[in-house]
Amino acid sequence: MSTLTALRDATFERDLSLRKLKGKVFEILAFFAILLGIAMLLTLLIDVFLDGLPWLSTRLFTEFPSRFPEKAGLRSALQGSIWLMFLTALMAIPAGVGAGVYLEEFAPQNRITRFIEINVANLAGVPSIIYGLLGLGLFVRQLGLGRTLIAGAMTMALLVLPIIIVTTREAIRAVPRSVRHAALALGATDWEVSRDHVLVYSAPAILTGVILAMSRAIGETAPLITIGALTYIAFDPKGPFDIFTVLPIQIFNWVSLPQPDFHGLAAAGIIILLVVLLSMNALAIWLRNRLIIRW
Amino acid sequence: MDNNHNIVLETQNLNIYYGDFLAIKDVNFKVFRNQITAIIGPSGCGKSTLLRSFNRMNELVPTARSEGKILFNGEDINDPSIDPVEVRRRIGMVFQKPNPFPKSIYDNIAWGLKINGFRGSKSELDDLVEQALRGAALWDEVKDKLDQSGLSLSGGQQQRLCIARAIAIKPEVILMDEPASALDPIATLKIEDLMRELKENYTIVIVTHNMQEAARVSDYTAMMMLTGEGERSGTVIEFDRTDIIFTRPKDKRTEDYITGRFG
Amino acid sequence: MPRDTLIRQINHIRDEILILGSMVEQATLSAVQALKNRDIHLAHEIFEADQTINEKRFAIENAIITLMATQQPMARDLREMTAMLEVNTELERMGDYAKGIAKVVTRLGESEANIPIQEIEKMADISVSMLHRALGAFVSENHIQALAIPKEDDQVDELFNQAYRKIIEAMIANPNLIDHTNLMLWVIHNLERLADRVTNICERTVFSATGELFEIDSMDEDDANV
Repeated sequence: MSTLTALRDATFERDLSLRKLKGKVFEILAFFAILLGIAMLLTLLIDVFLDGLPWLSTRLFTEFPSRFPEKAGLRSALQGSIWLMFLTALMAIPAGVGAGVYLEEFAPQNRITRFIEINVANLAGVPSIIYGLLGLGLFVRQLGLGRTLIAGAMTMALLVLPIIIVTTREAIRAVPRSVRHAALALGATDWEVSRDHVLVYSAPAILTGVILAMSRAIGETAPLITIGALTYIAFDPKGPFDIFTVLPIQIFNWVSLPQPDFHGLAAAGIIILLVVLLSMNALAIWLRNRLIIRW
Repeated sequence: MDNNHNIVLETQNLNIYYGDFLAIKDVNFKVFRNQITAIIGPSGCGKSTLLRSFNRMNELVPTARSEGKILFNGEDINDPSIDPVEVRRRIGMVFQKPNPFPKSIYDNIAWGLKINGFRGSKSELDDLVEQALRGAALWDEVKDKLDQSGLSLSGGQQQRLCIARAIAIKPEVILMDEPASALDPIATLKIEDLMRELKENYTIVIVTHNMQEAARVSDYTAMMMLTGEGERSGTVIEFDRTDIIFTRPKDKRTEDYITGRFG
Repeated sequence: MPRDTLIRQINHIRDEILILGSMVEQATLSAVQALKNRDIHLAHEIFEADQTINEKRFAIENAIITLMATQQPMARDLREMTAMLEVNTELERMGDYAKGIAKVVTRLGESEANIPIQEIEKMADISVSMLHRALGAFVSENHIQALAIPKEDDQVDELFNQAYRKIIEAMIANPNLIDHTNLMLWVIHNLERLADRVTNICERTVFSATGELFEIDSMDEDDANV
């Protein structure tokens, strides 16, 4: 009797149904897991929207914080966030992308380089409050910059730097070696290969990574509280050397107040924050899909 | 063997190491001008290593080093004082898996020209691009879509684009590392036809594990094999006109390999 | 073992060639026997056998061509296969020679004839022996043996000359039997050509084994007293 006919008897049939059943069970469990996740997310969002929607108005953008909820707004916090993001980007992006490019393209493969690589990867996982403590000790106190935007930006720059370095390196590594070889085989120098091929093809992924890193920075609260942005700011910041507050901290402030109206305001602030975050992420994803090279 | 053709490339006692590992041992090998020379042999005997030594692409492997001479028109290009960039300008390469740049078809070819110092008008550049594409038998298929990405072409077309890219800068020698192994039979035959045409103006060295391809397309064939039982270094054990190698080779190992009695 | 299929099929074709060879040997000896005994019945059997020889020849040719297309033989294998095609053709021609001799038997019928049967028998024996050994050398790729066989052609040529003289004398002596005596010339011509073709087979054996292609000279044929 051939192997095939031997397999065709009842024992085989039963196994097949059981195997399929096991797969189905796993599928159902996985479905419930995702259902749970979505349910929790939806609960959060609906709750926030129900609380915050009534408080959403132009006042949020034009008014400073106040003791009276009906007069309070996010004006200073929003400006603080924008200033902070701008300064952080100015410092972190060139340094981060530059470091990533150097490490990946030009650094020789030796123990020092490997040491740097390992530590950069570790830094990306350090809790953000540690950066806050560093910023407090070094920038605020040691360098005497005080609780200013510049100190805050330098702290945040340190925070996002490892992330940008890592994503830059990943983006560069994603460029296949075959393309480098093809370029070199035409009699190009290493720099020409980097400039016209590697950096060009990894630019979309680097851009995406940078946007995602910045969107993370916008939501950071702990390090900024540590360096002292938890203050009542009721004026427009005049420059990098001014004191400031940011959106998440203002929200945190309002949440801590007893009056329920402030909770509503906080919810409205959260809505704005979510919209900004989602827009940035959407932008990053859209750019990635448009510019990605399908090797 | 015909000594009427003059010798473009020649190795003398070439040994190539990767660290302590001797990959290629004592190779003395000639390439004749305007002829197609094939290098055949079982996997792992150093065919690609030998090919890549001609345009010094081996150096991209950090532990690679070589001893012996590689004479290109009589000049030793294996000398450390010679810049590999200059060598690669005159000895081009086409790779096994087609690797066009993710740029437009036009830019794929124009880039090589620009970095090699092209200074001329746009229309002169256009002409050179067209010449290269015609030379690779690709012009008619792409002339209306030069601004489309090189990656949008079929596998066989991509490989011809890579050939066009290589010949645009007018090298003397074109090295091909298993150029048709990733292509279907019809694309393969087109590439072979192309090679015969290119022979008029270029010298071609091709590595292939497909013996029928080597037999069909080459004028001379070099048989590479490990130097012995249990050895891991490869060397050229026989080199002759292709018709002789495939009808009455002199070395029994060559015959065993060609008739498939190997292993 | 790599190329099992190829090796098996080459061996099969070698066997078939040996079989074809023995059919030709048989036909030749039978034809001479039929001539000796004036056996017209046997002659007709030889005609039928020739059909079989032709069929086998085409079957072998087909097998070789198929093998070349499907197995892409190279070097030694390629040489052997092209040599086999030649040998196949030579054997079929030799079969035709045997048939020619059988035809002579039927044409003679019952009539009186002067047959130099001793020489003819000896020529047949030597030629057939040469053929037998030449085929053996061919299938075993023994080019040393193959180089030695063509010399024996000299004996066949010598017998041809003797028989030729006898036939001419018979023609002069009995002019009324000229037609029949003429037919004897064909018989000895066929046998002499058969031996020549054996030399061709030996040349092919040398080519298959070594790649060298040349003519093996026995005696200078211009010296033959024709």
